[in-house]
Amino acid sequence: MAVSKKSSEDLVNVQVDGHWIRVPKGTRMIEACKQAAAEVPHYCYHPKLTSPGNCRMCLVEMGMPPRPTPGEEAELDAEGHAKINWMPRPVIACANTVAEGMGIRTQSLLAKECRQGVMEFLLINHPLDCPICDQAGECTLQEYSVEHGNGQSRFLESKVKKPKNVDIGPRIRLDDERCVLCSRCVRFSKEVVDDDVLGFVDRGSHNTLAVHPDRKLENNYSLNTVDICPVGALTSNDFRFKMRVWFMRETKSLCTGCARGCNTLIGSREGKIYRQGPRENNKVNSAWMCDSGRMEYHRLEDPARLTDPMIKRGRTHNVVDWTEAICRAAKDLSRFKGDELAIIASGGMTNEELYLTRTLAESLEAGVVDVVKRSGSGDDYLSHSDKNPNVNGARKILKLRSPGSRLKLIHAGIAEGKIKALLVLGEDLLDIGFSEEELGGLKCMVLVHMIANPTAKMSTVVLPGAGYAEKRGSMINATGRLQRLNKAIDSPGLSREDWEILQGLNRAVDGKDEVTELVDVFGEMTSAVSIFKGLSFAGIGDLGVDVMDTGESVPLLEREAKRVRDGLIVG
Amino acid sequence: MEIPKELEKSADDAIGHYPPEEKRSAALPLLHLVQQEFGFINDDAISWVADKLAVEPIKILELVTFYPGFRQKAPGEYHIRVCRTLSCAMAGCHKTMEKICEIAGIDRSKVSHHDPIAVSSDGKFSIEFAECLASCGTGPVCLVGDDFHEEVKPENAKALLQQYK
Amino acid sequence: MANPRYISGKTPHSRETRMIFRNVDRVGWNPSIEKYLEDGGYNSFKKSLKMTPSEVTDEVKASGLRGRGGAGFPTGVKWGFIPPNNSKPVYLICNADESEPGTFKDRYILHQDPHQLIEGILISSYAVGAKIAYIYVREEFPEGAVILERAIEEARRAGLLGKKIAGTGFECEIYVHRGAGAYICGEETGLIESLEGKRPYPRIKPPYFPAALGLYMCPTIVNNVESLCHVKHVISMGGDKYSRLGTPRNTGTRILCVSGDVRKPGYFEIEVGKLTMGELINDLCGGMKKGRKLKAVIPGGSSAKVLRADETYTIRDGEGEKTIGLSDIPMDFDSLAACGSMAGSGGVIVMDDSRDMAWVLNNINTFYAHESCGQCTPCREGSLWMKKITDRMLEGGGVPSDVETLASVGDNIAGRTICAFGEACSWPTQSFVAKFPEEFKKHTKRRNVGKALNPEAKVASAGIKDKH
Ligand SMILES: Cc1cc2nc3c(=O)[nH]c(=O)nc-3n(C[C@H](O)[C@H](O)[C@H](O)COP(=O)(O)O)c2cc1C
Ligand code: SF4
Ligand code: SF4
Ligand code: SF4
Ligand code: FES
Ligand code: FES
Repeated sequence: MAVSKKSSEDLVNVQVDGHWIRVPKGTRMIEACKQAAAEVPHYCYHPKLTSPGNCRMCLVEMGMPPRPTPGEEAELDAEGHAKINWMPRPVIACANTVAEGMGIRTQSLLAKECRQGVMEFLLINHPLDCPICDQAGECTLQEYSVEHGNGQSRFLESKVKKPKNVDIGPRIRLDDERCVLCSRCVRFSKEVVDDDVLGFVDRGSHNTLAVHPDRKLENNYSLNTVDICPVGALTSNDFRFKMRVWFMRETKSLCTGCARGCNTLIGSREGKIYRQGPRENNKVNSAWMCDSGRMEYHRLEDPARLTDPMIKRGRTHNVVDWTEAICRAAKDLSRFKGDELAIIASGGMTNEELYLTRTLAESLEAGVVDVVKRSGSGDDYLSHSDKNPNVNGARKILKLRSPGSRLKLIHAGIAEGKIKALLVLGEDLLDIGFSEEELGGLKCMVLVHMIANPTAKMSTVVLPGAGYAEKRGSMINATGRLQRLNKAIDSPGLSREDWEILQGLNRAVDGKDEVTELVDVFGEMTSAVSIFKGLSFAGIGDLGVDVMDTGESVPLLEREAKRVRDGLIVG
Repeated sequence: MEIPKELEKSADDAIGHYPPEEKRSAALPLLHLVQQEFGFINDDAISWVADKLAVEPIKILELVTFYPGFRQKAPGEYHIRVCRTLSCAMAGCHKTMEKICEIAGIDRSKVSHHDPIAVSSDGKFSIEFAECLASCGTGPVCLVGDDFHEEVKPENAKALLQQYK
Repeated sequence: MANPRYISGKTPHSRETRMIFRNVDRVGWNPSIEKYLEDGGYNSFKKSLKMTPSEVTDEVKASGLRGRGGAGFPTGVKWGFIPPNNSKPVYLICNADESEPGTFKDRYILHQDPHQLIEGILISSYAVGAKIAYIYVREEFPEGAVILERAIEEARRAGLLGKKIAGTGFECEIYVHRGAGAYICGEETGLIESLEGKRPYPRIKPPYFPAALGLYMCPTIVNNVESLCHVKHVISMGGDKYSRLGTPRNTGTRILCVSGDVRKPGYFEIEVGKLTMGELINDLCGGMKKGRKLKAVIPGGSSAKVLRADETYTIRDGEGEKTIGLSDIPMDFDSLAACGSMAGSGGVIVMDDSRDMAWVLNNINTFYAHESCGQCTPCREGSLWMKKITDRMLEGGGVPSDVETLASVGDNIAGRTICAFGEACSWPTQSFVAKFPEEFKKHTKRRNVGKALNPEAKVASAGIKDKH
């Protein structure tokens, strides 16, 4: 790397393991090392939390150029940098910031001895039963002890006994003997979600993470503590002992639990999801997600999942093949148009699905199209009161000025018998105030859904769709960010991704004979919907792009930004 | 738990010693007041202090379990703390401890890290070791309640206990 | 209420220079404000109010006063660390936690001469711009806290506290804050956390240097009881004159507390550096007990590295380098540091040839294992490990590798922790094992197995061992 002698305004020259790099002023040493590809092992440090410097795993050797005496020129090395005076004492890389001319050694004898010492200390009172520990495979203690430990134990004493299998909240268990007292969970609870219910009791070697019996860890973000726990001390009741982590495949996706659109990582194996957790996105969810969103994947395990297309004959639904079902649906719907035909779509659909709904509505000349509003309680962190993940997409693609406002019209139209045919996408009408009687008056009702809900029972054609983790597509969250949903597992039976179903209906109605890929649907949309202009599906990337200014901000991110400005956290 | 008016008032006074937005600072003073009043600090007291200072109860439990000066169980009528640290140990504090226990009828065989206090069978005395009481030149030393005693050699143990008849 | 035993009328030794301890044990003295005022009390404070705060600080700088709490840091320099453009409130904290084993000096000031401390606090608060000062008193001084409270009340009634003190614009309140039995509350950032109502977990430095980010993240000056009392005398006699007491760089007087195997243990106020270890032990403390020989000395509180009686040390003085024995070491900061230990808190613990060094170290290790706050890994795990090794050695279960393990556990703690407790708990082990290897090896012989070499183990750790 080319290095200039003098540091410019905002950058400083730092030597990491012999190589000079330039990093912004105020960078923590540990981050500078990371930029120089010299990862410093650490337990307590987390860029989103304050740095207590308690684990001492990140100790490195540090040096500074000597302060030149006035009038004297600093002694320079071959590259033109001032000579470094190395300090005899190691320093923690996590909480200290770089300075011009600083030298850092992460691989010196001293640094290695420090790590080895800390590893030994952490292990002497730690149960050595990794084979039965749930964290095995993603435990930093295990990982570092291979890399930085000294292999054999010199500890001849009995270990400190602490509580095991402690119930600290509805979703989490704690094994105090595994806890390395890094306080990440305590700091998360206090600093990020203002729920200061975790603490340490007792003292010294007996320090024990605990909750007060009357105030458990039950906030809607509690499971984030499990993610950031570097060892197997905190485990999720939902995931514990169900699957060894190294067997799982990870898929980058989104939570569709609300309009926040938290970025996620879905862990699955052989068609089954075992867990999902937050994926860092500093424009959306930082490094967190809510517990209810995390549990959303259980909806995919609903025993009432639809697996086959069906057509209602008389009072019963008969399984048919896809061609027949699509043709039948298209044919039935095509018999009506204008005021006779309505489409109720969903704010939970992807942009691509919504776009195919729009083209279908155009071909069918449907009189009215709207989506169902789904509001609930949000909070001051991430959870949004709009429980639909893509109302903004619906707004733009279906050109809805006030989504959900025309539902009343549809309702009335059905009640009056004016509307004779209905296409329902991803909703359960009986759940939003429609009655069986009203719906019974329809000549035709086609439903695309993943669950055999009461609306399905009333539908003349039922087309089994996919759940959020079983399909691809894009969505626009509350702050106007376009993001990608990815497929982690296949949907059950013969069910299909909804955009495929909608494409099938489109083709059956418009008679064109072309099969497109999802990316092509997106491509088509870029010319039809102005906010997508110039974009491509691939271009959305893993972290999304802003496409709308909704005037909304994320409270949690704003507080995080303030902590960054105050120098409390790295961010 | 009934909080006497007096205690409530002393607590408010103590809180007044700290800036209004920093009333958590009054945690130790409040715990001392509670312990003075009741002899020890129970769960209700922890919740009361937490409420007064607007912190989670765990934050008070964190303190009560950290500081050996706070007790979660009733001690004897007179609580004795014998210094255990080097200078007093050189002066024979372990013998003093044994002697006091013998005279007062205290069995220390069950004390543990989590439960360091032993109480005499009649409930009159309780005892524990304390770390250096900052009077190393006059060891062995001990505190009986708030009273400080120096040069408590085993042979003085009897006279010491007699003061608290 | 003060225990009459304190006021014994015991006359100071002729080698002493009583300044801070002028009133300690003084016949006819009591801790009331009347006595103090009769004796010219608060005149230094009034004098300081006629100076500007920075003039007061300059006097303290000129005096060369070094902190008496342990680290020996120059007091005036510390005061100068308050950021010049500060707009937050400034706090002064008097560290009356006195908990370093072997140290017993602040106790007498608090119990017998509280107004001297209050005067020192007032002058210092004026100098650093603090309107609130807290005295953090260890819980084990219940009487001391009452005496202080009463003295503060007396001072308030005398118009020395509150607003518009002595008709000036200066305002100040002093509050007593009682600890609850934790050595770590003597460490200044641990103390601050404790005062904030949190677990006394020391803070990392940088960035949390108290002078900039202390109590409530405001500039805070923490000084020891004795240091603050010295401030009064610095102002009273002027920094320059004060600096001529003691020796250059080690100015003034200080109180040495001697305990252990000497005939007459006690406290002695001496001019810093004007007395040697030998004089202290033999002249002031009456020498070793009958028939006993000096074996070792811990010169500055139990965390200071032990000095062996038959070692030689190389120190530098005005005349250059010279080699001296333990008895010749001048009792000052720099000389003791040059001998590889420290003057620390002034607590001198003397051991004679009857002492088993493994037993002594085990007692010290027990203290530190009990007092580690447990926040950072090396100290939390290492302090208890060292204790368990020496426990086992004394129980006859020592193995040959123990000596090396002990030393290396100490090495893995010192210099790698959040606070100086790391050094405090490892220096004893490092120094005892290095200086008395033969005594530790003795405890690793097979034939010891089953022999209770520590008759006190039963009493000391009744029931505790199994829990550890
Ligand atoms: C573990 C530890 C314990 C300490 N205990 C005390 C103490 O009991 N009293 C005290 O004055 N200083 C103690 N100190 C020193 C304080 O941190 C601080 O340096 C001192 O109060 C500053 O006052 P001074 O500059 O007047 O000495 C301790 C330091 C450490 C690291
Ligand atoms: S439970 Fe995990 S995150 Fe919490 S302190 Fe222990 S090791 Fe750290
Ligand atoms: S906040 Fe919303 S998007 Fe984020 S995890 Fe929770 S439900 Fe899912
Ligand atoms: S060195 Fe010891 S006392 Fe200091 S912070 Fe670490 S664990 Fe606590
Ligand atoms: S990462 Fe824990 S001390 Fe730096
Ligand atoms: S050792 Fe007992 S008072 Fe210090």
